[in-house]
Amino acid sequence: MTQVTTSIPPPAVGTPVVEMRGISISFPGVKALADVDFRLLPGEVHALMGENGAGKSTLIKALTGVYTIDEGTVTVAGTDHRFTSPADSQAAGISTVYQEVNLCTNLTVAENMLLGREPHRFGRIDVKAMNRRARSVLDRLGLSIDPGSSLGEHSIAIQQLVAIGRALDIDARVLILDEPTSSLDADEVAKLFAVMSDLRDQGVAILFVSHFLDQVFEISDRMTVLRNGKLVGEYLTRDTTQLTLVEAMIGRELETLDRLEHQAPTAAPDEARVPLLQVLGLSRKGSLQAVDLEIYDGEVIGVAGLLGSGRTELARLLFGADTADAGTIDVRGSRRRFRTPRSAIGAKIAFSSENRRAEGVVEDLTIADNMLLTLQAARGWLRPVPQRTRDRLVEEYIKALDIRPPDPAALMRNLSGGNQQKVLLARWLITQPELLILDEPTRGIDIGAKTQIQQLVAKLADEGMSVVFISTELEEVLRLSDRVVVMRDRAKIADRFNDESVTVAGILATIAAGGAELKEEDSDA
Amino acid sequence: MTTSTSVTVSPTFLDRVRGYSPPRRYLPVAATVALLIGMFGAGSLRYQGFADPQVVLNLFVDNAFLLVLGVGMTFVILTGGIDLSVGSVVALSTMIAASTLQAGWPAIATIIAVLVSGTLLGTLMGLVIHYFEVQPFIASLAVMFLARGLCYLISVESIPIREAGFTAFAQGSVPLPGGYHVTPSVVVAVVVFAIGAWVLHMTRFGRTVYAVGGSESSAHLMGLRVALVKVGVYTISGLCSALAGLLFAAYTLSGYSLHAVGMELDAIAAVVIGGTLLTGGRGLLLGTMFGVLLLGTIQTFISFDGTLSSWWTKISIGTLLLIFVVIQRLLTRRQN
Repeated sequence: MTQVTTSIPPPAVGTPVVEMRGISISFPGVKALADVDFRLLPGEVHALMGENGAGKSTLIKALTGVYTIDEGTVTVAGTDHRFTSPADSQAAGISTVYQEVNLCTNLTVAENMLLGREPHRFGRIDVKAMNRRARSVLDRLGLSIDPGSSLGEHSIAIQQLVAIGRALDIDARVLILDEPTSSLDADEVAKLFAVMSDLRDQGVAILFVSHFLDQVFEISDRMTVLRNGKLVGEYLTRDTTQLTLVEAMIGRELETLDRLEHQAPTAAPDEARVPLLQVLGLSRKGSLQAVDLEIYDGEVIGVAGLLGSGRTELARLLFGADTADAGTIDVRGSRRRFRTPRSAIGAKIAFSSENRRAEGVVEDLTIADNMLLTLQAARGWLRPVPQRTRDRLVEEYIKALDIRPPDPAALMRNLSGGNQQKVLLARWLITQPELLILDEPTRGIDIGAKTQIQQLVAKLADEGMSVVFISTELEEVLRLSDRVVVMRDRAKIADRFNDESVTVAGILATIAAGGAELKEEDSDA
Repeated sequence: MTTSTSVTVSPTFLDRVRGYSPPRRYLPVAATVALLIGMFGAGSLRYQGFADPQVVLNLFVDNAFLLVLGVGMTFVILTGGIDLSVGSVVALSTMIAASTLQAGWPAIATIIAVLVSGTLLGTLMGLVIHYFEVQPFIASLAVMFLARGLCYLISVESIPIREAGFTAFAQGSVPLPGGYHVTPSVVVAVVVFAIGAWVLHMTRFGRTVYAVGGSESSAHLMGLRVALVKVGVYTISGLCSALAGLLFAAYTLSGYSLHAVGMELDAIAAVVIGGTLLTGGRGLLLGTMFGVLLLGTIQTFISFDGTLSSWWTKISIGTLLLIFVVIQRLLTRRQN
């Protein structure tokens, strides 16, 4: 590496504090990591990059002793280690904040931060000293919460900060932050970054994982990119552009993203045609105010709106997951009443829930079983899908959606979020629906899989399928949809064709304007 | 409505308001205490002599062994586990005590033998549960059958205890100011309770018990010693069962295979009525004490009445249990 003098402190090129060599880890049916090298220098923020399923979390858990490595060596500060538990790696000075908040909500904030190394006096925990110590760490993070309060009382964002506080309290040589910012707002991220810079200046090596590229470029000095469990390379952040990074992550050129962006919306539907779905005054007390909606064949309806604006409620009513109090649904001109998802599936409507983990994935079944669930349910249990059809369908969709690993027998729980989402999509596509309702299909998945899903939606629509696409990311909604429906306060406030005049700023303004007149109701809700 | 507006205005203010409100974790215990006081009020209005402090003390005298069992059971349930073996281990302990005393062992040797065997059974159960990932229900069910079977191996008959030390302990009386008295068993039980409360609420081991009950995987990732705690709580429960067995042997001055049938369920009921969540992570040892006292009060109520059949004890315990489980469910649901 050439030394360049810039405002960013140059990473000290010295002895790495952590050196992992030739790391391999396998799970049944999945080779999670294959011969990966990784090094972490003191006094740097090192971003570990890769798509979902690239092996980032696995590499971290190998370093922290959660997983035992099959092959390879781990050296921390010059000594070889073979960690068999998180306690081992903590003892070696590695402190970790995991992706999901891994704390105990039934304990107090201070206990969560200090348990395992709490101050003692006369053989008992010194609660006062513990709360004091927790207080000082919380102050560093700019959090003014009572250390003696129960953790469960606080929001996920605060819990995440408490988890970071736990990691900070250890005088760690190595600090690992796996997606620490996913539930934080901009201010909290800024505070976290300030603390990270401080620690870096004190010589702490920080390993940082984030899906937000801007954040990675803002804070990191160096990055390592993984793809499919293999090492792609190590890069200096200041010598890298976002484009080259993303290309390294997904292993192909990014032109597809642009092509989709410029894809012209399909022609406006002919007024004379019967809509696939005509919804009039559909409502449910406390969850959705009367909504009218028309969906034509081959149309992509983007639903924009903030969390809790009624997007999901609309989808659930269309699918019969909740029952409407009032309103009608006509499918191809004939009146239908959906009391259960089963009747909606019968009308060739499919719904992929935003809550992938709880309402979609069956973790203990294989990819093939997960894909075939709905088809089998639609056929009834007495008419099993013939083995040959099953094999053909599963193979076809694994290939079409580029599901990794391409092994029908791999367990769903071992798949990354993006690949799980693809399996769920395949589950519905197999039933050949006419209307596909996707609720946040790209949330929490990496850019590669995201692009693939967006392309798939565009392709399906070209083939004549209607899609209701719900997403928090307005750019994505605009890129894909023919028509944009804007929701706010559990009501539809706008419905317009997605032409050049519709912009992200315009939609935000619409949402905001809807807010001005509904402000009174807001505090009542 | 006004509070929900201030939520959006200043979250820190809300946190401060929350900090001053009584912690929710005391609510179930408070409910138990309120019920206990209510029952005593009703009892003293209805029956003469019900409100006598000695009646309260007798609750401890008659339920000393149950309190000791409850202490161990609270540890186990707080980790999210369950120990069905305690009743059988009590019976086995009375049998070991009675038979070794009959064989002429000195009392101290008997006591050590009983405590060691109970502790070993508990440790064994904990090891199986933790390292082989066996459901606590199944593992402790196995030990329950094992211990009960071992009783019959020792003797099918009831064995009387005539050893001088045990009889002295059984008939002993500890005077309290005001002319009241309790038995030495009560002193033992209270000491066990105090040690248990100290460990649970003041030490790292105790806090780790709560952490494991809250989320075992989180506790593991936090680097806490989950294995030690999980095996530890069953060891403690085994030790408590053996000790409760000794107290029961002294209380009945006999060892018998059919002693303490179903007592594990009384212990679980006491813990749950005391406000500890069966899913683990929430509850106080103090609650268990009130749970035991409440069960005792129901029995006292029925014996004072004289006309009610003893089945009413079971009916009231069943009803109470149901009510408490529902209340707990509502409390935790609101928290989510």
